[in-house]
Amino acid sequence: MRPRMLRGLVANALVAVLAALTLLPLGWMVTVSFMPRGEASRSPPPFWPSRWSWENYHELLVRRLIDGAWFDYRVLPALWNSLAIAALATLLALLLTVPAGYAFAKLRFAGRARLLRLLVISLIVPGQVAMLPLFLILKEVGLVNSYAGVILPSLAGVFAILFVRQAALGIPDEMIDAARLDGASEARIFASIVLPLLSPIVVTLAMFLFLASWNDFLWPLIVLSDQHKYTLPVAIAAIGREHAAEGELMMAAAVVTTLPVLAIFLALQRHYMTGLLGGSVKG
Amino acid sequence: MTRQSRTAWAFVAPVLAIILLVLVVPTALALALSVTDYSVYALADWANLRFIGWGNFSTLLSTPLFWRALGNTALFAAIGVPMAIGTSLLAALLLNDATVRWKPLWRVALFAPYVTSVVATATVWQFLLNTRFGLLNRGLALIGIAPVDWLGNPSLSIPAILLFVTWKIFGYNMIVFTAALSAVPHELMEAARLDGASRWARFRHVTLPAIGPTLLLAAVMSVAGFLQLFAEPYVMTQGGPSQSTVTVLYFMFDEGFKWWNLGQASAVALILFVLILALTAVQARIGRRYEWL
Repeated sequence: MRPRMLRGLVANALVAVLAALTLLPLGWMVTVSFMPRGEASRSPPPFWPSRWSWENYHELLVRRLIDGAWFDYRVLPALWNSLAIAALATLLALLLTVPAGYAFAKLRFAGRARLLRLLVISLIVPGQVAMLPLFLILKEVGLVNSYAGVILPSLAGVFAILFVRQAALGIPDEMIDAARLDGASEARIFASIVLPLLSPIVVTLAMFLFLASWNDFLWPLIVLSDQHKYTLPVAIAAIGREHAAEGELMMAAAVVTTLPVLAIFLALQRHYMTGLLGGSVKG
Repeated sequence: MTRQSRTAWAFVAPVLAIILLVLVVPTALALALSVTDYSVYALADWANLRFIGWGNFSTLLSTPLFWRALGNTALFAAIGVPMAIGTSLLAALLLNDATVRWKPLWRVALFAPYVTSVVATATVWQFLLNTRFGLLNRGLALIGIAPVDWLGNPSLSIPAILLFVTWKIFGYNMIVFTAALSAVPHELMEAARLDGASRWARFRHVTLPAIGPTLLLAAVMSVAGFLQLFAEPYVMTQGGPSQSTVTVLYFMFDEGFKWWNLGQASAVALILFVLILALTAVQARIGRRYEWL
């Protein structure tokens, strides 16, 4: 009994230490963001603020009059841009991919198997290959520097289609056939039978899509040139290039960027984990 | 056409059209673009566009910075993949231990960095790695190690960035490995234990074959992922110090969207694609040898 108890103690302690180390950077990000300006640039650096202050958030988020001109870091507009873009991208991608995923799983049509194979193959092409020509195409049609240009590539949800298909395969055929015999139209079957059954997976997918859009960096960086249209990551990177030395300010910016997604993740983590695993692990 | 297939096409056609428009057509165009001298001049007027065949590729091969970027990317992948997968596997094995309590809680904590924004957390780590004010050097000072200039020393910049990347992504593979580990046959493990197999022997002969396919998939995805590093060096070091963190994708971005040599940049993208494809094929072959595929 003795060695087993010792082993349990060691294993639990190791996990706790690993978790603490993992959360340490995030914790420090929060504490530094509340430090008075300049406090983090001391040596040795403090972990805890001498007094909790909102001044970094105030400087970052509030528009002020400096030498007769209005100035702000455009973080709040970027926050709204990110929110609008991520929400719109998520909604549109769901509208496009959920019916498609269901069709690939349950509806019979010519070329289904071949199309499915092509979709799987397309997953191995890295997105960057398509990026440069896509930029030129968007430029031709006047979508560079627009939200539509940022959102468009995220609507080509190959992964999302396959994800929905996998879930839809589990719906019993008898259920759908019974509805057909009762005279329900295909659209009606999708709306009132399939969609409710898929709703947990749709929530999971919505979160994946939202997080991916919120955290995306390279494509918005390429497409957006007007500072007023920047998404949050692009805005933060731009501020960082000038203010990297001002730790407290940058940590406040990082908090503003990470807090919303961490909150969503924590609220929906059960969905997230099962989505990741396809339900194979139980807590 | 039956009613069913009409509905099916109505369901799949919109998204397939978008995939064609933003993925398939541009990928084909990338091939075309890579054999032209598309640059600022062509951007202004199509008449300035010329076909130059292999020109972009041969120019790249004689560009020292491109080779530097290739070398840096190879180094990122060579250290990063074992580092990230090793950490994930160790965490998963630790979390899989029967004596560990509150598993869902730990799982969420270890996974949290994965959902954060790369840019935001790279900013945090840039500060964590700061020579004078960084928490890392403060920790090292506690055990008597002199301050290290993590992001300012060309030979330490890659390991420093990899420290951040590993922290950020290990949770993902950890979750995937946890699932694979829960499928390791219990009877086999018990039998091995009764036969007196050591801990290492049990891992080598029972656990490893069972999680092999998962491990292979994680390796393939990680290699592809590490070859596509961009945001981390862009935010943390801007390619420096002395170009030690310029990656292939960083080079492509600069070439394409800073200098507007889009033909040249397309060639870079295609080389990256071929590299990823080749490495995937090699890994698949290795996997097949161990019957993991």
